[in-house]
Order: sequence, then C-alpha cells, then structure tokens
Amino acid sequence: MTTPVAPPRRRFRLSQLIYDTRYRSYTIQVFALLMFLVFVLSLVNNTLQNLANAGKDLDFDFLFSTAGYEINQKLIYYGADSTHLRAAIVGLLNTLLVAFLGCILATIIGTLVGVLRLSKNWLISKLMGLYVEMFRNVPVLLWILLIMAVLTELLPSPREFRGEDATASMILNDTTAITNRGVYVPMPQFSRGVDQAVDHSLDLNLNAVLILFVLAASIYISHQIKLRADRIQRKTGLRPTIWYWQFGIIVLPLLILLYALGFHLGYPELKGFNFDGGLRFRNSMVALWLALSLYTAAFIGEIVRGGIMAISKGQSEAAEALGLRPARIMRLVILPQAMRVIIPPVISQYLSLTKNTSLAIAVGYMDITGTLGGITMNQTGRELESVLLLMLVYTIISLLVSAGMNLYNARVALVER
Amino acid sequence: MTKQVAYVRKEILGPKPPPNAQDRLIGWLRENLFYSIPSSISTLLTVVVLGWLLLGLFNWLSVSTWAAESLNDCRSIIAELNRGPDESGACWGVIRDRGIQLTFGFYPSEGYWRPILAFTLLLPALAPILFADKTPRRMILFSALYPFLMPWLLWGGTIWVPLGVMAGFAVLYYSFRFTASLNNLVRYAISLAVTLAWWMFGVPVFDSVLSALAPIGLAPVESRMFGGFMLSLTIGVVAIGASLPLGILLALGRQSDLILIKALCVGFIEFIRGVPLITLLFVASTLLNIFLPPGTEFDIIMRVMIMVTLFASAYMAEVIRGGLAALPRGQYEAADALGLDYWKAQRMIIMPQALKISIPGIVSIFIAMFKDTTLVSVIGLLDPLGLTTAIRANQEWAGIVWELYGFIALMFVVVTYSMSRYSMYLERKLYHEH
Repeated sequence: MTTPVAPPRRRFRLSQLIYDTRYRSYTIQVFALLMFLVFVLSLVNNTLQNLANAGKDLDFDFLFSTAGYEINQKLIYYGADSTHLRAAIVGLLNTLLVAFLGCILATIIGTLVGVLRLSKNWLISKLMGLYVEMFRNVPVLLWILLIMAVLTELLPSPREFRGEDATASMILNDTTAITNRGVYVPMPQFSRGVDQAVDHSLDLNLNAVLILFVLAASIYISHQIKLRADRIQRKTGLRPTIWYWQFGIIVLPLLILLYALGFHLGYPELKGFNFDGGLRFRNSMVALWLALSLYTAAFIGEIVRGGIMAISKGQSEAAEALGLRPARIMRLVILPQAMRVIIPPVISQYLSLTKNTSLAIAVGYMDITGTLGGITMNQTGRELESVLLLMLVYTIISLLVSAGMNLYNARVALVER
Repeated sequence: MTKQVAYVRKEILGPKPPPNAQDRLIGWLRENLFYSIPSSISTLLTVVVLGWLLLGLFNWLSVSTWAAESLNDCRSIIAELNRGPDESGACWGVIRDRGIQLTFGFYPSEGYWRPILAFTLLLPALAPILFADKTPRRMILFSALYPFLMPWLLWGGTIWVPLGVMAGFAVLYYSFRFTASLNNLVRYAISLAVTLAWWMFGVPVFDSVLSALAPIGLAPVESRMFGGFMLSLTIGVVAIGASLPLGILLALGRQSDLILIKALCVGFIEFIRGVPLITLLFVASTLLNIFLPPGTEFDIIMRVMIMVTLFASAYMAEVIRGGLAALPRGQYEAADALGLDYWKAQRMIIMPQALKISIPGIVSIFIAMFKDTTLVSVIGLLDPLGLTTAIRANQEWAGIVWELYGFIALMFVVVTYSMSRYSMYLERKLYHEH
C-alpha cells in the first residue's frame, strides 16, 4: 500500500520562470512592461530629438496668443483679438451643435425607418430596406460632399429672388429663403429683452437662459402634478384628470414671459445681393447636418428594427390578454423592453456621429478640427500640441458618453434572481 | 347479392381554380399592399412619389451623352437632343474624360496592367480563404505568396527585395531546425535573431548582388502617383488584411488574465476608439515622422496604412472580444480538460468558434474600413473623393454633381454590397442547428 508523500521540495531554479505556469505569467508581464517602457521612452526620446532638430519645443503658450483669423460661424463672442484657445472653444461648440442637431434628426428618421421596415406593407418595407442599403454602403464623406455640391450648385442664388420676374421665391408664407448661400429662417428677437452681458468672456444670451429656466421650472412642477396623480391613483384607484393642469403650467408662464420680453420674429429680407436679417444656416452646416443624420439614421433604423424584433410575440399577446389597448401595449410593454436592447447601440451611434463631425473640414464648417486642427495648427506650426489637444478633446467626449451609457446600463439591467 | 351502386366516378376531378381573393397576383396585392384603408392610402402615395422620381430619373438618363469634352459642351449637346427646354440630361462625358484618373490616379499609363493584375490576382489569393471548401488546398500557397507579390507589382523595384524577404522565412525555419539540440527558448531567440539580421543586413546585400547579376524588376512607381480607386483598394486591402491578426491578438490580450497585458490592450483599444480617424490621419501626415528615430523617412501612403490598420484593429478587437464572450464557458473548460496549452486551445477550440460568431461584425468592420479610406482625401491624398474636388475646381467640369458622385457611389456600393452578401453566405454556411 502506498501512502501519499509530499513531493520533495526543490530549490527554486531560474528555468521555472519560463516553464512553470505558476511563475511564467509574471515573467511575461515583466517582459511586456519592459518592452512597453522601452517603446515609450524611445518614442519620447525620438520626439524630443526631432523637435530639437527642427528648433521647436513642447509648449502650449500658443493657445494664449491672438488667433487673428475669421471663423464664419460662432455661437459665442469671437473677435479679432481673441486667442487660439477661444477659437478652439468656438470650434468645439460648433462640433457639439452639429452633433446635437444630428443626433436628434438621426433618431427621428432612424426610428421611422426601423418601424416602417417592419411594416406589413411590402412596398414600404422594401423601400426602407433600399434606404438602409443605400446609405450604409456609401462613404459618409461622399454624402457630405454630394449634399454640399447639391446645395451650392442646384439651389437658386439670392439674385434669382429679385425683381418682377423672379425665378425663385421664398417659402412658408415668405418667411424662409432657401438659397445657395444658406438657408435663412426667421430669427427670434426680443424688443424688451434683458440686457446682454457686457463681458465678452462669458456672453450668455440672458433671454434664452431666462426662457430655459422658466421652462425647466414648469416642467418640474408639471412632473410633480403627475406624481401626485399617481399617488392618488394608488390610494383610491381613481386617477384625477390632470392634463389641462400640466398643459397650462407649461404653456402659460412661457407665453407671459415671451410677451414680457417683447418676443417677435425677424424675417429675412433681400437687401442688395444677399438676404439680411433672420437666422442664417450656412450650407456647410446644413450639408454636414443632413448627411450625418441621414447616414446615421440608416444604422439606427437597423438597431430599432432589431430591438423590436427581439421582443418575443408572447409579450404583446400577454398584454393583449390583460386587456390593454394597442397604444398602451406599445408604451407600457414593448417599448420599455425594446429600449433596453436599442439604447446602448444607439448611443454608440451617437458617439460615432459626433466623431464623424470632424469631417466638417471637408466642407469648411469650422468645428474644432477646422479651428484647432486646421488653421491654428497651420498658423502656429504646433502640430504635436494641436493634435494631442484634439485627441484629448475627442477622448474626453467619448469617455463622458460611455460613462453615461454605463450608468444607463446599470439602471436598466435586468434584476435576475 | 351484388350491391347496386347508382353512380361511380371513374376518373379523378381536376382541382378547381382558387377563389378570386386567393388568386396569385390579386391575393398577394391584397395581402401585402392593400390590407387596410391606411395601408392602401400609403401604398398609393408611395407609388405616386416613387413613380414621379423614377420618371424623372428615366428622363434624365434617356437624354444622356458620352461625347462632351466639358460641361458647357455637354449642355449644348443635350439642348439639341432635348424635346423640351426644361429637360436636363446626364453628362457622362466626365466619366469618359476622367474615369481613368478616377481609377488609377496619376499612375504611369504604361503600367496600368500592374494594379489591374495585382487586384485580379487578389481574387484567386482570397478564394482559398473565402471559399475554403470549394478550392484545392494547394492554392493556399498562392495566398501566402500574395502579400509579397502585391507590393512588388504596385510599387515596382527589383524582384530580389520581396524574394529576399520571403527567403527570411526559410532562414527562420532552417535556423530553428539546425539548433534542435539546444534549449527551446534559446532556439527561439537564436532563430529570430538570425532572421532579423537577415532582413536588416542580408536582404540589401542579397538585393544588390543579384540585381547586378540579373537586373529583373519593374519600373519603380512613387506613392504620390497612386490615386483613385486603386488607392482606396490598396489602403483597404492592406488595412483589412493586417488588422484581423492584430485585432485577434488585441482581443486575446483584453481577455487575458495577465493584468498588465490586459491594461495595455484596454488602453490602446479605448484610446483608438475614442478619437476620430481624421486625427489619426493627422498623426500620419504630420506627427509620425516626429515619433520615429531621426532620419527615418516613410512615405505618406505607408504612414496612412499604418494608422488605418491600427484604427481598424481596435474595432476588430472589440468585435472578436464579443465573439469570445459569447462562447459558452464550457468550451474553455473542455479545452483545458483535454490538456491543451493556451495557444493550442485558442487555435483549435476557441478561435474557430469565436471567429464564426463574429463574422457579421468582422465583415461590417471591413465595409466600414473600406468606406473610411475616403477620409485620406482630407490630408491631401487623391482618392476618388479627393479627385472630385480637383475635377469640380477645374473649369471644364465645374458644376458637375450627380454624374460624378453617382459613379463613385456606385463603385463603392458594388464592393461593399458584395462584401455584405458574402458575409450572409458565410453565416448561412457556418450555421449549425444544435
């Protein structure tokens, strides 16, 4: 009979670092770390040496010198004496603006396409399939350039709006002009508005801030009313009718405020060779916005379709068996479950839309790639610093978005038993 | 007593025609287009709008000319052809005039056969990979040869450089065989060192000696001559081919138990995925030479290929990680139970299944990469879209829109659509009912 004996304790040998799985992982990791350090050090060393050879240094002071170039679309004050840093911020705001507008339009079109592609109507579902294939299989840059070309080449010039025998005319009751120089729409104006902030470093439009504040407050109150109605319903089983309260609370204060501020619309007018007054959307922005939205909508459409198809038929049948009506089945049973599937990939589509706004440089829209990575970089010759900052900004945006997405995922994750 | 039967049918009746509602055409129409009042209305509206669009397209296409030399020329030809003053027609003259440029860029015209041959040979090189069950196994040798053949055909130069690089693999094999008596680790180190030494010092000597003896080669072509679809295909093929192995390694690194390696891979992947491709192309065009040792000069297309490959590999890694995560835990445990080591388990058990699961994702990255090659026009390379800017800035064709962009879009659709079809075919083929 054999008895188990402890294996003889052997002295640690160097070869165990490679052949013994207990130690091998440390060897590999230390080796990888060394290689990585060597790589980084040689990179830094090369960079410093090359910069020294070119007579440059790593210096971010250029951000605080006067930029002196013109930016054609600015949401905040930017003048002849503004710095490169301010130019970069103006560009960043332009990026965020077109990304925000693009996400909204892409969501609307994408949802429509996704739902219609599931339609029983053969013609419509095939048509939506064609839309998806058409936009998914062609580079987004081509769509941007194509829409830009269509806008500048095929739309009427302001000149054609003039005279008795004008070949083009304004639309929507003479309030909106679509020209090859941009789209002019009525601009909200305030005759008794709050004075603008004098300090240009933080010029917020106080009127807009006031309106947003009042709107937020009324939405909050209206939400409280809904919560109260929920409580009453839970207690008594009867739900008080509240829709007119909610409606009034949201609309009335806003109307009063707008009246107090002297709200009116400034219409675009043809003056000389161009339209004046009103709000002008440049072609570069419209092209970028439309192309990115239509392109991303094709992907969102597929995600929405997948999300709805992922909900098993039993769910809607069970809801029907409970006696819910179709609209409520959609709102209370299908959508909450489909959203769980739809939202994470849609958010990564938003992120890729935001990153694609960097294509603005191809049509001359001054986003952050156009200011910081374009004119500033060429003017100051600070390629390394500019590109690093540019990457940093995009990385921060994408980290913020993925943090938001993780929060959402954690909130809606199925609680499994 | 025989039973009297009043009537017995002797022959079988033929089937009756189906009722009207289930007639092939009418039934289908009722089922799919006119099943309710709203559906009928939307069908009719769609038909009207679609008909109007198609009619316009047909009119535009029917009055088209290939003959013109410039846009004004074309307009006058079409005005003659036209039945009415308002109707416009397609000016395909721009494609006839600039089609060669859109395809080859500024590649020397006597060498057009080289890119044509290179991309035609791509098909037999891919066949053993794409249709493994329908091609002879021997053909995989040609696929292995292709990565050396393609650069030689495109960039030219002496044939001895690619042959010398290929010989490096023979050097690797034989130096590994000759050191069989030594410790495994020492063997790896020695044979790798010998091979690297061959590539760095042996190949130039090999090239200069043999070029002096037998100067076989093609006329060298500089990268800045590359353009048009040829450029897109070159960048696309290289990035796609190189990003798959790199992506697999990154995905394995991200799934690894080794914390340091995992951290490095995660950092790399998340950084690349967080920035737009354009910023990486800026790195390629302005910064890569700053990062490299002083004195090294890379040509711009090579730099772009490196950055696009890195970009694609990060996305590839995420798709493959999805495949790895979707694999049931039991597969890993079964591989361990069989006593396979890490790389054998990956090669024989894990990867074949994980890659199969990730096929749709991999192909959609291929498609996205091929589309993203158009971004190189932003840093001044002359891919088809970069050329359109030049064509439209030229006086002859200023103002041309649909014909030019339509042609380019069509070329992209042909490539990307066939890729997505192939992915569907592969998914069907690899699908097992469990």
